[in-house]
Amino acid sequence: MTTSEHAANPGAQLSEAGLVIERHWQELASRRRLYTLGGIAFMVVAMGGSLWFANETNAGKLWDRLPHFFDFVSMLIPRDATEVWRALFDLPSPYDDGSLKFNYPEGRIYLTEGFYVPQYFYKMLETLNIALVSTLIGFGAGFLLCFLAARNLVANRWLRFFVRRFMEVLRAFPEIVIAGFFLAIFSLGAIPAIIAVSIHTIGALGKMYFEVVENADMRPEEGLRAAGANWTERVWFGIVPQVMPNFISYLLLRFEINVRASTIIGAVGGGGIGEVLRLSISRGHEAKTLAIVLLLFLTIVAVDQLSAYLRKKLVGDQAFAFGGER
Amino acid sequence: MVLLSASEVDEIASRHPDAFAGSSRRRLVSWGLAAGTVAYLVFAWWFFSVGTVMANGRWDIAGVYLADWVSYEVRPRIEFEDGYLDISYSRGDPLGENANPDWLVKERATVQSRVIVPDTGSGSGGGTSSSSGSFLGTVNGEPAPTGGAASSKPAAKPETVLREETVRATVAIGSANRIDIAPGVVTVTRGTETLVADIVRDESVTARGPLPSWATQRNPGDKIAVSFGFPGRADIEDDEVKISHRFWGWENFVFDTYSPFWGKSAGEVWRLVTSGQRIDPARSNLSLAWNNILYNAEWQHLDVWTKLLQTIVMAFVGTVLASVVAFPLAFLAARNITQNRLANQLLKRFFDFQRSVDMLIWALFFTRAFGPGPLAGMSAIFFTDTGTLGKLYSEALENIDDKQREGVKSVGAAPTSVQRYGVVPQVLPVFLSQSLYFWESNTRSATIIGAVGAGGIGLKLWEAMRTNSDWENVAYMVVLILIVVFVFDNISNALRRRLVGDRPI
Repeated sequence: MTTSEHAANPGAQLSEAGLVIERHWQELASRRRLYTLGGIAFMVVAMGGSLWFANETNAGKLWDRLPHFFDFVSMLIPRDATEVWRALFDLPSPYDDGSLKFNYPEGRIYLTEGFYVPQYFYKMLETLNIALVSTLIGFGAGFLLCFLAARNLVANRWLRFFVRRFMEVLRAFPEIVIAGFFLAIFSLGAIPAIIAVSIHTIGALGKMYFEVVENADMRPEEGLRAAGANWTERVWFGIVPQVMPNFISYLLLRFEINVRASTIIGAVGGGGIGEVLRLSISRGHEAKTLAIVLLLFLTIVAVDQLSAYLRKKLVGDQAFAFGGER
Repeated sequence: MVLLSASEVDEIASRHPDAFAGSSRRRLVSWGLAAGTVAYLVFAWWFFSVGTVMANGRWDIAGVYLADWVSYEVRPRIEFEDGYLDISYSRGDPLGENANPDWLVKERATVQSRVIVPDTGSGSGGGTSSSSGSFLGTVNGEPAPTGGAASSKPAAKPETVLREETVRATVAIGSANRIDIAPGVVTVTRGTETLVADIVRDESVTARGPLPSWATQRNPGDKIAVSFGFPGRADIEDDEVKISHRFWGWENFVFDTYSPFWGKSAGEVWRLVTSGQRIDPARSNLSLAWNNILYNAEWQHLDVWTKLLQTIVMAFVGTVLASVVAFPLAFLAARNITQNRLANQLLKRFFDFQRSVDMLIWALFFTRAFGPGPLAGMSAIFFTDTGTLGKLYSEALENIDDKQREGVKSVGAAPTSVQRYGVVPQVLPVFLSQSLYFWESNTRSATIIGAVGAGGIGLKLWEAMRTNSDWENVAYMVVLILIVVFVFDNISNALRRRLVGDRPI
């Protein structure tokens, strides 16, 4: 099985031509080995250098802090198990001493006189709404843009080039900068988060969509063209019906990603659950942190499952397992 | 070719109504979806009170912030003194404290100014008198000249001295706008319109005639704000005129105003560096210039580059570690490789857990553990992506072609050899390609989680944005990030294409 067995007595039973092939194979194999070794050596050096650099520029040093790696677990141990429950549903705590740590009922958001939504549920809902609104906005704009970037629909190279680069910039532009800019204009709140996530979503969905459009079956479009349909009619009746399941499927995938993204943007001032999570962790409120992490975890799992189920219904077992872009 | 007439089409349609009408249920569903979406968006409008927030947005500031990305302002302050003008610049001004731009023309003349020289009470020493005089009568940073006679004068008697001072300043803002400032009267010209304002020092500002549309005044006597659009604006107050003159570009990008190389042309700097006299005797001009660039006070090149490298390193190390850890775990999680339901399920749920606890949560936790810096960020990426990559790897393993494995097994290979020669060659390109994909996407996410304290350029960006005055630095960092993302996208795409061809993954 190994190469050395061949190399031990080359050409014992081989003809002239066989020898040439054997030698060529040996050369290829050794070159391949060289590449592999070179690649591994490069990776080792790069990793070593990177780790050293990261360690040098970090506030705490790796070896000093490594024993504290699992310190965060201690931030998650509440005074008793039911405390998490109380924090989650804003029930009064027996430990309440007037501090922020145990003031769960103060977060209640009353819809009517007697009926309230617990704070974290409300915040989670806000984050979900941010994600959903920006996904829908991104879908609308991405839908309109993608047809202009598809090679099979637009003959003008420059229009295609321009639309593609535009979407690329929207996608690569750091969300946090957009959020920060609009935070400066609107002050704290959800709108900057919506704008930031939407802009990124337009770029990301637009790119995926035009790739779908380029792989579409052109026969319906040709038929419509033969019948004298104009560009809009051709796209609307010839392309849209066949790409729509894929579009919706990507939309759902994007929604999953956007729930995470809006949580993160929330943590830097965009409101929603991310903000309360950051505050609670930095203030060391165990029960609150655990309640939020639990809620966030369950929501993300639920959203992922729901989206996976809907996608399977829409496009069957087509390969959308790949996590997509974040 | 058969051509159908309209009546024939109608006939066919009436014969096969269902084929032409389409499914009414389908149509109903799509209309319902559209209506639901619209209703939801209306709800969201109310939920986030978009209208109110939009109305309260500080849109005027938005324009200034946007302009700050690609331009800078020089802000001379022209103060009205007793009969003359005092022009000064703030410490951080792009032209330095002692600027003398050619668009600000000063007319100098000898003026009589009254200097109050208080008597110290002891009434004898010229030394004490002049020292207190230099404290109270300071003009333009220089001690007011006090003659020897001053000390013998009675207490707090105003005294007249002759000096050369600026009596008139003309500021050209763009080609069509001019501000003409003299003690007591300011004349502003924008295009063909002119505004003349009379100033009673420390009391009031009054315009002669009605204010043009480009000037505003809240109350009579208050300051008048004049706007010239992009090139600048000015505030005419009762004791000074504040001018902001805007120029395109990033000011002092290479050398700041404290550097000896500041304000020199590229050729001059080149000559200084290659053959000039040593400015700092301790080191060569080249190292001095390089040092000045790295520690540019305004742009902080060294810090920005370090932080950017941190972000890159975070993504790189996080992804590589995650791949290395996920690789063996995926073999245990794949049900066709490890025939142990319990191990499969446990690992798969573990992967799900890591994936679903968001990268943000990990980042916040590890920032507590390691302190702010790239170690926290890379740990967060490592934890999240071990889950994601583990899931993807194990799915790839479950989809392999069993024939190769059986072939290797049939010749009596050991279990590890079966994996090495029967499985790994099939999945390795897919694994590498997926890792590359995540490397690329992590470079982007590393920027964002940096802002919560996980190190890298994210935090620096966030700090620059918080001040609301360093938008040009934000622009600089964004440009660097875009370049990095673009370069890495292309590297990763090229490598992926070599590994798996044009197959979309």
